[in-house]
Amino acid sequence: MNGFAIVWDSRDVLLSGFANTITLSAIAAVVSLVLGTFLAMALMARSKAARIAATLYVDAMRCVPFLLLAYLIYYGLPSFGIRMSNWTSGLIALIVYNVAYMAELLRAAWVNLPKESIEAGHAFGFHGLKLVRRIILPPVFFAAVPMIGNQTIQIIKDSAFLTIIAVAELTQAAMAIQTTYFVPFASFVAAIALYWITCMAIETGVAFVGRVAKARQ
Amino acid sequence: MTPPMDAAEAPVVLTAHGVSKSFGTNTVLTDMELTVRKGETVCLLGPSGSGKSTFLRCLNWLEEPDAGFIVLKGQRIGIRPSGNIVMNDKELAAIRTRIGMVFQHFALWPHLTVLDNVMAAPIHVQRRDRAEVRREAEALLQRVGIADKAGQYPARLSGGQKQRVGIARALAMKPDLLLFDEPTSALDPELVGEVLAVMKDLAREGMTMVVVTHEMAFARDVASRVVFLDQGRIVESGAPEEFFTRPKTDRARQFLLRYSAQ
Repeated sequence: MNGFAIVWDSRDVLLSGFANTITLSAIAAVVSLVLGTFLAMALMARSKAARIAATLYVDAMRCVPFLLLAYLIYYGLPSFGIRMSNWTSGLIALIVYNVAYMAELLRAAWVNLPKESIEAGHAFGFHGLKLVRRIILPPVFFAAVPMIGNQTIQIIKDSAFLTIIAVAELTQAAMAIQTTYFVPFASFVAAIALYWITCMAIETGVAFVGRVAKARQ
Repeated sequence: MTPPMDAAEAPVVLTAHGVSKSFGTNTVLTDMELTVRKGETVCLLGPSGSGKSTFLRCLNWLEEPDAGFIVLKGQRIGIRPSGNIVMNDKELAAIRTRIGMVFQHFALWPHLTVLDNVMAAPIHVQRRDRAEVRREAEALLQRVGIADKAGQYPARLSGGQKQRVGIARALAMKPDLLLFDEPTSALDPELVGEVLAVMKDLAREGMTMVVVTHEMAFARDVASRVVFLDQGRIVESGAPEEFFTRPKTDRARQFLLRYSAQ
């Protein structure tokens, strides 16, 4: 029997893995963007203590292999009495890791913002959180759209690592099909195709949002 | 249109006393004095690097003076009345809403439409009623001749249009005075006129303005008073006819000669 036909017959397994990948990545992307925004505010804060703490966190995450972090959260935390399911552990690993990258890319966009429009914010009486929210963050997000897209793609690819802590995501599903029916080529190609489609969808979205953003820069 | 008041009788809007400023070892301003009365248009003139923009930015504390102080209608800016404690951001912001500013490079907020640029500070900072602010903003855009661009983003506008939005944005705060930091220096020559025309109207309507400019014809025709700076000091100041026809100092004569030669 043709390998792809076998994969097609097991499409429920593959699609439920795919659904998990999408769900995990979508939640991780949104949450790490939101938390990353706050972390970026800490990176740009006037308080030196806040800046140092935020920088330490970002640097730490950038130096840790994601695989190790996932191991640490799933196998390491239970020794402190924190026990979570594979799925939750995987999601938390994705978030904890990507918050740092989101914060860093937002910081880069922030630093490159034209100084004058921020200064105009000061001159017109904006200050503190209102200045950040109304004047600084919107152009930061518009400028960062392509980088946020890239990072979301990175999150989807990182989520494949979660197979090692037995999260039932797409790579895990492809592995399950290939070990059951011994159709490695077909099952992996099917998984790759699904990853590829997802990334294309994100890139299309980024291009669309990018056009909107361009008018506002 | 309010008739121009006798300058000596009009109430004082802003005073600067003994303002000095250095950047590192570079002294930019020394002991600057300025009094602006209601309805006056004061033009700050001087060669590049004379400190006129820095001085203007000290007036709303965008630049913190090293010495001296600024008083807006009896209220000190930057420093608390009780003593030498520098104001916090909130207190500074409250005072800044009473001083409109127009920037050399427009400094519009790129993510907001023209109308939202004009409405942003009145709504979010002054917390005024949105419907009322909107009516006023539309009227202001009409007044600067740009009502048809209300829904556009700044990136789609010409420099002259951007600067007229910048002026409308500053007026929307109903400020006690307007500061202009070289408002036409970044414009193509053929766009300078449309911005100056708006400023001329404002001056005629009795708006109190401090204008840093290189447009000598504008200063001559519109200013109630010119202040000539060189190397961070006020060299001379007076009525424009006086300054342009009979400058008192060599430094001013040289400066004017260079401009008339152009």
